[in-house]
Amino acid sequence: MEGITKIKTEHLELFYGEVQALKDINLDIKEKEVTALIGPSGCGKSTFIKTINRMNDLIVGCRINGKVIFDDKDIYGEGMDIITLRKKIGMVFQKPNPFKMSIYDNIAYGPRIHGIKKKSELDEIVESSLRKAFIWNEVKDRLKTNALALSGGQQQRLCIARALAVDPEVVLMDEPTSALDPISTLKIEDLISELKKNYTIIIVTHNMQQGARISDKTAFFLNGEVIEYDLTDTIFMNPKNPKTEEYITGRFG
Amino acid sequence: MSTKLKDGILGFLVYFSSFLTISSLVAILGYIVWNGFGALSFNFFMELLPSIATTLLVIIVSILFAVPIGICAAIYLHEYAKNKRVVEVVNFAIDSLAGIPSILYGLFGLVFFVITMKLNWSILSGSLTLAIMILPVIIRVTQESLKMVPDSFREGSLALGASKVTTLFKIIIPAAIRGIITAVILSIGRIVGETAAVFLTVGTVDKVPEGVMSSGRTLSVHLYLLVKEAIGPDAFQEAFGTATLLIIIILIIVLLTQLLFRGRNN
Repeated sequence: MEGITKIKTEHLELFYGEVQALKDINLDIKEKEVTALIGPSGCGKSTFIKTINRMNDLIVGCRINGKVIFDDKDIYGEGMDIITLRKKIGMVFQKPNPFKMSIYDNIAYGPRIHGIKKKSELDEIVESSLRKAFIWNEVKDRLKTNALALSGGQQQRLCIARALAVDPEVVLMDEPTSALDPISTLKIEDLISELKKNYTIIIVTHNMQQGARISDKTAFFLNGEVIEYDLTDTIFMNPKNPKTEEYITGRFG
Repeated sequence: MSTKLKDGILGFLVYFSSFLTISSLVAILGYIVWNGFGALSFNFFMELLPSIATTLLVIIVSILFAVPIGICAAIYLHEYAKNKRVVEVVNFAIDSLAGIPSILYGLFGLVFFVITMKLNWSILSGSLTLAIMILPVIIRVTQESLKMVPDSFREGSLALGASKVTTLFKIIIPAAIRGIITAVILSIGRIVGETAAVFLTVGTVDKVPEGVMSSGRTLSVHLYLLVKEAIGPDAFQEAFGTATLLIIIILIIVLLTQLLFRGRNN
């Protein structure tokens, strides 16, 4: 496959205690593309996405073998600074999770913790991040109001803006539209297509049409394994593995 | 029995219980204030000044010891401790500590702080004893309020590259602050009301304390002695007056604490 490799996994395995949740994952994710991860519930796609920014570190009893290589460095290797890693690899969660503070402070939180203090600089980051997330026009007159007062769809775009505010290279999205109504979902899909010009995006989705609409490549997960990984068009039109075909034609899942 | 009738009975029971709770509270407070209000005067206040000063000092010193330790312990138990078994054992110990009668704390304080540590009957001895006594309240209530902070807040912060400490101070504690304040208010209530343990560790000296090493007599202990000795015809009147003052002080503290933190919460 052409393009520059941004993230590559080699024989990645993950265990929760005795249970193996990921088996020998070898994926090559290209820069400035949208990679969709599809598969039935519990197949390991969310678990996989969380290995990329090491959010699984929070889970007691979670063990990882193999490598996740990000810009030629193994993120599980020695000397990897987890703070820098998470600054470069942002994440948007399944349920919008704005902090209980103003819209402005939500966006400024990331830049502030990474040392930006100047008001003018913060103002600029807040505005540009909100613009990138297509929400500036809706909130520009009420930046001081509590973010929890926004609608679910707005909250999720705010969370995307918050992730963009620390200037990441990769954005991980874990079913970002599963808690949203169809119109908010469409807005976020449009946003993703726009964002891929500047960011590498990995998105977990339950919704196959969504995967087909917005992604360049698709990986089909089943029982902790990657069954098939290819161009999205190939996966949906002409899958090589019969299990992939069964899943995308809706025979299970 | 028809559903309507069941609903009616249940509704009546619920209302009746709430009514009973509120009315007994109002009755007790009303009775005390009714009987005590007449005793309140400038002279009376000056007479009680030693007890008021001792009470306030005991509150401040106990809180200074117990709140930082209690909050840190709760944060460790809820946010850092990985071994569930250890947390369970510690929580069990804390709950047991909460169930011990206060007179036993008093006895411990008397033997350990007053005699062994040679702190004598003093505000310090009493405050240290009370600090141990209120620790369970602070730890448990703080733990509960930390539990109320959704994990999605923690994840959101960590995913932006915030360290655990930054997440704690910028996200978790601000989100839990109301519960933490409740913990402090509840423990102030326990301190003000405590008599037995204070009697055994602070003493009964009826003078304005010169510092934390002075002995003194808190309002509750004063009240206890007034009623127990009941010398003179005005003893009960004085006791009710003291009780009224005690209630007023608690009210002021609760209101002040809430005012102090309300601005931050919104």
